[in-house]
Amino acid sequence: MTALAPERIEERLRVGFPGAAIRRQTGDAVRDHTLYVPSEHLVEICTFLRDDPELDFAMLSWIAGVDWLPRDPRFEVVYGLLSLARSSRITLKVAVGEENPRVPSVTGVWPTADWHERETYDFYGIEFTGHPGLTRILLPEDWVGWPLRKDSPLGYEEVAFTHNTPGRKLPDPALKKLAPKKVRYRAH
Amino acid sequence: MTLNMGPQHPSTHGVLRVALELDGETIVEARPIIGYLHTGMEKQAEYKTYTQSIPQTDRMDYLAPMSNNLGLCLAAEKLLGIEAPERAQVIRVLLTELTRISAHCVWLGTHALDIGAMTVFFYCFREREKVLSIYDQVCGARMTASYFRVGGLAMDIPDGFLDRCQKFVDEMPAHVDEYEKLLTKNPIWLARLKGVADLTKADAIALGATGPVLRGSGVAWDLRKAQPYCGYDDYDFEIPVGTAGDAYDRYANAATTDCATTSTCCLPRRT
Repeated sequence: MTALAPERIEERLRVGFPGAAIRRQTGDAVRDHTLYVPSEHLVEICTFLRDDPELDFAMLSWIAGVDWLPRDPRFEVVYGLLSLARSSRITLKVAVGEENPRVPSVTGVWPTADWHERETYDFYGIEFTGHPGLTRILLPEDWVGWPLRKDSPLGYEEVAFTHNTPGRKLPDPALKKLAPKKVRYRAH
Repeated sequence: MTLNMGPQHPSTHGVLRVALELDGETIVEARPIIGYLHTGMEKQAEYKTYTQSIPQTDRMDYLAPMSNNLGLCLAAEKLLGIEAPERAQVIRVLLTELTRISAHCVWLGTHALDIGAMTVFFYCFREREKVLSIYDQVCGARMTASYFRVGGLAMDIPDGFLDRCQKFVDEMPAHVDEYEKLLTKNPIWLARLKGVADLTKADAIALGATGPVLRGSGVAWDLRKAQPYCGYDDYDFEIPVGTAGDAYDRYANAATTDCATTSTCCLPRRT
């Protein structure tokens, strides 16, 4: 089967969701066909992409976060979708504001989103509403802060055995404001 | 009853902790707790240029340094809108396919070791060492290669390199037969792999599986065929696909992929 043109995917989406503000990303450095989709339509759009027999995006390859500090809206969540049957890819982006950043979870559409969303939460502090157990995944559960945010510097922790080194650089106490809320674990 | 398993020591093949729920002697739920090998490479990379990040990619998977070099270089080349020259592309394919074989040798050897078949481990590591010496010859390092660059390679291949690769490629199928003689029909191996860790086709796709895991579950998907890069469309090779989706199929898939890539992919068209 021939690969599906990304323009066709975009067209199908625009027909399927006439009310949603779907915008194609343009720019010199944009290489993949990327669509901005509104957060409130994300789950519906993903379900449509997965279930539409022509598109058949059965696989979610990855989810990533982006911090555009100081741009507004500050964050983006990026979804890399793959259609095995049509050998096609498409990238979806959702813009997320700085205050109380949250996006609906797509774990109901693709189970693999579970760990990808936990990873994005772990590093950017973006919450995924409806996620079955949103906890840190790679960092220790008592970690403070969101390390891949642009205002989170390299080396917040003081390196061991440097306490008596003259002129050592101390971690900035102001960064403690990035502390996450208390981590809770799913009952089991 | 809840039981904690691990985490194992960092020198084992990857550290994992599993929280187990037991009903008598039966595990009814297993929750993996990961992240013990997380090193914050993305954050480090924010403070470096693309070229400076290449040595980090060696360390993302120490069994496949050049493959990870390639991932970074291809991404940077895509952003820049450039392509490496054909000679560099062919050398990249040659080396990443050798990497695939040596990585499979470690996987197969340690997997067999873990379930008690110690001999295979020594055989596999013997061949892996040959690939590592080819690495050494080409870039001066056995494991942390940092050989690929954005736009090409760090330097050209040395004299005698191709003969050495050819020799390895000629010998390897016989070694794969050796491994298969030890394992493929071995009753212990079969008992421990057949029907173990079944992954259906639907689950493999829904859970985002890739590589031999996906193909072991019966999905005929290989990026080198489906969306070729580095000129893979010019090479002739077979993609084995499993049916049952159990551990044995994943083994058979990876072992035969190994064999197929040895005999076809590693022969460059021209240099």
